[in-house]
Amino acid sequence: MQPANLFLVTIVLVLVAYGLGYTRSRSLAMPLGGIRHLKSLPFYYGARAALWCGIPALIVLALWAMFQGKVIQLLVIGSLPPEMMPASEGEASLLLSKISNVASGALPPGFAEPPVVEAAERLTALRQQSRWYMTVLVVAVAVLAGFFGWVRIRPRLNARAQVESTLKWIFFACAALAVLTTAGIIFSVAFETIRFFGKVSFFEFFFGTSWSPQTALRADQVAAEGAFGMVPLFTGTLLISAIAMLVAVPVGLLSAIYLSEYASKRVRGVVKPLLEMLAGIPTVVYGFFAALTVAPFISNLAASLGIDASSQSALAAGGVMGIMIIPFVSSLSDDVINAVPQTLRDGSLALGATQSETMKKVIFPAALPGIMGGILLAVSRAIGETMIVVMAAGLAANLTANPLESVTTVTVQIVTLLTGDQEFDSAKTLAAFALGAMLFLATLILNVIALHIVRKYREQYD
Amino acid sequence: MSTMNTLKPAVDKEVGASRDTVVPAHEERPESAVIEEAKTVGKPFSDDPKFKLRNVEVFYGQDRAIKNISLDIARNEVIAFIGPSGCGKSTFLRCLNRMNDSIDICRVRGSLLLDDQNIYDSKRDVVELRARVGMVFQKPNPFPKSIYDNVAYGPRIHGLANRKSDLDDIVENSLRKAGLWDEAKDRLDATATGMSGGQQQRLCIARAIAISPEVILMDEPCSALDPIATAKVEELIAEMSESYTIVIVTHSMQQAARVSHRTAYFHLGHLVEVNETNKVFTAPEHELTESYITGRFG
Ligand SMILES: Nc1ncnc2c1ncn2[C@@H]1O[C@H](COP(=O)(O)OP(=O)(O)O)[C@@H](O)[C@H]1O
Ligand SMILES: [Mg+2]
Repeated sequence: MQPANLFLVTIVLVLVAYGLGYTRSRSLAMPLGGIRHLKSLPFYYGARAALWCGIPALIVLALWAMFQGKVIQLLVIGSLPPEMMPASEGEASLLLSKISNVASGALPPGFAEPPVVEAAERLTALRQQSRWYMTVLVVAVAVLAGFFGWVRIRPRLNARAQVESTLKWIFFACAALAVLTTAGIIFSVAFETIRFFGKVSFFEFFFGTSWSPQTALRADQVAAEGAFGMVPLFTGTLLISAIAMLVAVPVGLLSAIYLSEYASKRVRGVVKPLLEMLAGIPTVVYGFFAALTVAPFISNLAASLGIDASSQSALAAGGVMGIMIIPFVSSLSDDVINAVPQTLRDGSLALGATQSETMKKVIFPAALPGIMGGILLAVSRAIGETMIVVMAAGLAANLTANPLESVTTVTVQIVTLLTGDQEFDSAKTLAAFALGAMLFLATLILNVIALHIVRKYREQYD
Repeated sequence: MSTMNTLKPAVDKEVGASRDTVVPAHEERPESAVIEEAKTVGKPFSDDPKFKLRNVEVFYGQDRAIKNISLDIARNEVIAFIGPSGCGKSTFLRCLNRMNDSIDICRVRGSLLLDDQNIYDSKRDVVELRARVGMVFQKPNPFPKSIYDNVAYGPRIHGLANRKSDLDDIVENSLRKAGLWDEAKDRLDATATGMSGGQQQRLCIARAIAISPEVILMDEPCSALDPIATAKVEELIAEMSESYTIVIVTHSMQQAARVSHRTAYFHLGHLVEVNETNKVFTAPEHELTESYITGRFG
């Protein structure tokens, strides 16, 4: 059986175990005079049997599925005649892919050496066997453990406590998985970044003002030495983010104020979801909106005014990104403005203040820290945004503050460095990791500050 | 309307002297726990009304929270609104400075006059109304600003002070009147939310009187305070009654008895009885009032 089917079978067994455990606890309770003589509710006995049935079986299934490929490969390689034994890891993987191609029929047997064909047959047989064993083992574990869980049901058994603590561990495992993934990403980026700094100096990377990561691909190729100064990239990112925030902050904030203080319930019910829909539009769509509509419009407009503008401009990318970020600012600001207690509004209105005076003098100052937090989160979103800039801002690493020129950003460069066929230990590709690490640090710091501010603000009213 | 006319003479008589001589109209018919519309017993009207409220009805959507209430609030009196929770005391109070405006589904009907001008006139400026009718809320709600800025908030909005020294004077006077000056004078720049609950409530009173209102509405101003802070606020109300008309909603009958001249008893949106406070507490005329003050429900 395929692992996926086996998984389904296990789930069915788990359900059966639940049902059996449930009914057993009830029937044990009958002679005692009802379920109130059980230590826990029947549900917990059922759940306990289900956990006994499911957890060991699923662990076995997961381990088997994880390791069967590797084990089968070792067995296949080990059974090759000595003269075919691969000398290096590279050779081994070539050989293995050849064998599995033969096995899957992609490579007709006539094109391969007889030992390879033999090995392919063995591979198919081993796979078959492995599936078989796995099926038997998993079902056996599920049934035996489930039976054990079922048979041990006693009215005095505190199934509730056992189920609760097992669930606690399951939840813990899920949380740990997320944390471990994050840690794994950080480590892999950090590791590559350190390798990058082995090739390019710290000083050049942080203070160099020129970026052209073209290095020689082969030793005999003549190529420029490649410059890895990240300054133009970060100024590009800053320029575009600044333009985006110039659009998003006023529009987002004012619409949040309108929605929370002025709009009637009906208007709010319509406008708020519409605004939030902006966040749901895929960034690619924003990207071509920026590249095909806004950027040409800006360059034509500039040309008609006699100003020199590039066809791909920071202004187009930043402006469209700003529109994309509006809902971040507006919905976070809306939340914090709504969190300002109604009693403060009443207090101000009762003193004869108008709505806008109340907004300006009481609510806005009270909500300001939270709004700042929201804005910082939006900034970190803007810094990390990739797709719009790839499509609309260009690739030229200009060191400029002119929004009509084309600039490039950290994220765009990471994309261009890593797309296409690359050798994964050249300074060029490693540079992508270094840039990623810097970006990660920058947004991490922004997020920490923002969350700190937001949390501090929350405490004020709770 | 006939009830109102028959009641009118009773009110026109000198307060106190009339107590035994005038027999209110309703006593001639059998008492019943069923409240009829506009049959407020006691003395709901006055010769010199600050507020003249006639046939007031308030709706929250379809629900009628205030049912045809007519009442005068006399100049410079302290009137207490009492009654079980949810009977409409706050709702009625909030009509007097139109704080109900900010509740979308709330509609007010009837005639509500402040110094013979219609409060709910569509041309009426609420800013001016609220400058004349101040309000203190149940939970102290100082702004998260300094003590000084809290008191100066109203005067600044209404442009009451031309110079900084004028504003300083207003702030000092208001804090003095609210009995808070000695405690606050050394920390005017400290944030107001750091004060104790009682201090915060007196600050809110100072904030309300800083714009020299004529009327002060108080919605259970002591319900969040400890007994000592409550005593201070009550003392303050007694002092303020010389210069302001005060309407106070309270849950505590002792408090109503201590601070008010007249007491109005509300029940399920009806105004059941209004009379001099000692009369209400010693010899209530209406069965429902009696049940309430003797603690049969509340
Ligand atoms: N904002 C509101 N929306 C709908 N109904 C309300 C609102 N405020 C009060 N009410 C209703 O009006 C009635 C009177 O309430 P309220 O004036 O607060 O009573 P009290 O202050 O005497 O306890 C209650 O039945 C209450 O449910
Ligand atoms: Mg109330």
